[in-house]
Amino acid sequence: MPAPPCASCHAARAALRRPRSGQALCGACFCAAFEAEVLHTVLAGRLLPPGAVVAVGASGGKDSTVLAHVLRALAPRLGISLQLVAVDEGIGGYRDAALAAVRRQAARWELPLTVVAYEDLFGGWTMDAVARSTAGSGRSRSCCTFCGVLRRRALEEGARRVGATHIVTGHNADDMAETVLMNFLRGDAGRLARGGGLGSPGEGGALPRCRPLQFASQKEVVLYAHFRRLDYFSEECVYAPEAFRGHARDLLKRLEAARPSAVLDLVHSAERLALAPAARPPRPGACSRCGALASRTLCQACALLDGLNRGRPRLAIGKGRRGLDEEATPGTPGDPVRPPASKAVPTF
Amino acid sequence: MCQVGEDYGEPAPGEPPPVPRPSREQKCVKCKEAQPVVVIRAGDAFCRDCFKAFYVHKFRAMLGKNRLIFPGEKVLLAWSGGPSSSSMVWQVLEGLSQDSAKRLRFVAGVIFVDEGAACGQSLEERSKTLAEVKPILQATGFPWHVVALEEVFSLPPSVLWCSAQEPVGSERAYKAAVDSFLQQQHVLGARGGPGPTQGEEQPPQPPLDPRSLARLPAAAQTEALSQLFCSVRTLTAKEELLQTLRTHLILHMARAHGYSKVMTGDSCTRLAIKLMTNLALGRGAFLAWDTGFSDERHGDVVVVRPMRDHTLKEVAFYNRLFSVPSVFTPAVDTKAPEKASIHRLMEAFILRLQTQFPSTVSTVYRTSEKLVKAPRDGPAAGDSSPRCLLCMCALDIDAADSATAFGAQTSSRLSQMQLPIPLTETRTPPGPCCSPGVGRAQGCGQGACRREDPQACIEEQLCYSCRVNMKDLGLGLAGDPGLSD
Repeated sequence: MPAPPCASCHAARAALRRPRSGQALCGACFCAAFEAEVLHTVLAGRLLPPGAVVAVGASGGKDSTVLAHVLRALAPRLGISLQLVAVDEGIGGYRDAALAAVRRQAARWELPLTVVAYEDLFGGWTMDAVARSTAGSGRSRSCCTFCGVLRRRALEEGARRVGATHIVTGHNADDMAETVLMNFLRGDAGRLARGGGLGSPGEGGALPRCRPLQFASQKEVVLYAHFRRLDYFSEECVYAPEAFRGHARDLLKRLEAARPSAVLDLVHSAERLALAPAARPPRPGACSRCGALASRTLCQACALLDGLNRGRPRLAIGKGRRGLDEEATPGTPGDPVRPPASKAVPTF
Repeated sequence: MCQVGEDYGEPAPGEPPPVPRPSREQKCVKCKEAQPVVVIRAGDAFCRDCFKAFYVHKFRAMLGKNRLIFPGEKVLLAWSGGPSSSSMVWQVLEGLSQDSAKRLRFVAGVIFVDEGAACGQSLEERSKTLAEVKPILQATGFPWHVVALEEVFSLPPSVLWCSAQEPVGSERAYKAAVDSFLQQQHVLGARGGPGPTQGEEQPPQPPLDPRSLARLPAAAQTEALSQLFCSVRTLTAKEELLQTLRTHLILHMARAHGYSKVMTGDSCTRLAIKLMTNLALGRGAFLAWDTGFSDERHGDVVVVRPMRDHTLKEVAFYNRLFSVPSVFTPAVDTKAPEKASIHRLMEAFILRLQTQFPSTVSTVYRTSEKLVKAPRDGPAAGDSSPRCLLCMCALDIDAADSATAFGAQTSSRLSQMQLPIPLTETRTPPGPCCSPGVGRAQGCGQGACRREDPQACIEEQLCYSCRVNMKDLGLGLAGDPGLSD
């Protein structure tokens, strides 16, 4: 049975049914609809004002590839200029291939690319080194905890180097839904209170961030990349199987099978969560070491690095963060005579 | 591993637990004398009496901490026959019959809703269930009511109105009420009366609905109800519909007989599952009402959940050790496969995760305690803001073209794509116009409503999640109970 005609242009044969509405569209019309929706999100949320220099967090994966492509197409209309910022976490066998994909994209689209590496920024700590450091205690390695915090810092640093005014990342609706599920299961009231909006407006000197693909479902992102024949890197991170997010992702896939609108329903729930004022994170100040946005004395990146450097990687992961700002006591592994402002932590 | 802020130094999951397993020499951790019979959490072994004291204390503390139930108040216990609500009824029974110092001070009644028609049970099965239910109800000694779900067809439209809320009493008001009640007791006791159990003399009430036990409801109503439920396309929507109808029916009965509180037996585990389910259904704005201790969105009748601190494991142990009677009634999702509905999926997920990370349920419960009953941004919505027609919560709908999840789904650009059928109005046969009852009650002609399209008219008055559920209801409005009067 031949496919029905496209519901939009009525000319070409339909190539897919949109997961959200069941509408039958041809490839070109679907891509046009997708781009129109991203444009609408940016305009309605007033995310990227004209004249903005936008740093796109490019990982080489499908989301950031599609994001960069769509923003490049919309750039004249929005009046923005784009910069690609890629982060090299130092994960062997994964990140090198992904970066190769980013370099090809940058060359094809003629966009300037900057690569920031953990090794340079964080005193020689690559993710592989972090994984080795946190392994062996019998518990999980919590690699994603380190990687997520450090990557956001690295992205900020890269964006500043290229003089950007906004940072965009390719988080899609599925990511947002998984995040809210995960935060509830872990009891993270602070993140629940902060999340669910349209990114952060950039308080305390941090650059404003947003996620233009926030309401696009993952299926549609993949379909878009397919129809536009985009070249991206599609393997998952080496450390991904250990992440707690895997449980939330599995649950989300099943929920979506039971009810297709579950993803956007979860995003809607996340937008409307109301937490007690005591549970909300405190007003952010500045980190005492590096000056970045922080809700406590030390920003999380500095705190994590501190723990790593002292040989106690779990120092900043846990309640209370005991012993964080003190001198290391003699006898602990790590340098007991190093002053608190260790030279391993970079100054920006 | 999964919990945020977990302390450093906890034993790794692979290593043997540091606490020795209860051996023959182990004593109860509380009284340190008797033999333990039950292990609640890892390492907490209780003897029978200490477990009972622990369980009862939790129940009393939940009631006492919240101070919502005033002395002499009439409270309706919603009993489904299941273990948690049976345990709750048993606790209330024991609490009301204790010596005066620790006695519970309210007046209780019990209601049982017969949902057999919605679950597809035959008349013989329903009669058998009722025959099991009746002796238990009579044994409680409370005034009891058995109501069939079919009676929801005869509810007046007034159930969908939100009555004016009574202001919540302050601390002083509660203390004053308790003091005056105690004084009253004292006076009555001094007068040498027969020692009333509660503030007023209450003769043992006969069942107030003898007819409903004598015969099952009219076959036409049963047929209509089962047709309604068969027409619902997904199990998720079916469960939600059943819950809505059941709640409205119980509230109606409570109002009719003068009860000001309804107690439901939701346990900690069930509430954690309910919270995650409601997240997935789009009810993130209303979590505090759906899973908190008190739910006062219906105005005059407040729904209270005293069992919310008890895990299902504790309930099961208690029921077994102290022979609490309960009745098994199949539900809409009995024997349904795991993938059939969001509720089933979430239940299976949470219980599976609980085996891997034993703190899952308690983490979700503690997070739920941090939720507040107010919209996220902006001032708290008072009585004046529009309420959802079905679930009575303040509407959480954004503007159609805003940069939100709702805006993304109902964007007006879709209509610009020259679709042959408008999306919000597909698949409904042109039904009857909005029923006059609804029209008068809710001011249906609010400008945006078009008389030719009752489905869209009703949808505009629903919250986000009720709208999504409505899409799964295949019927037009003619089959919608409560609205067809």
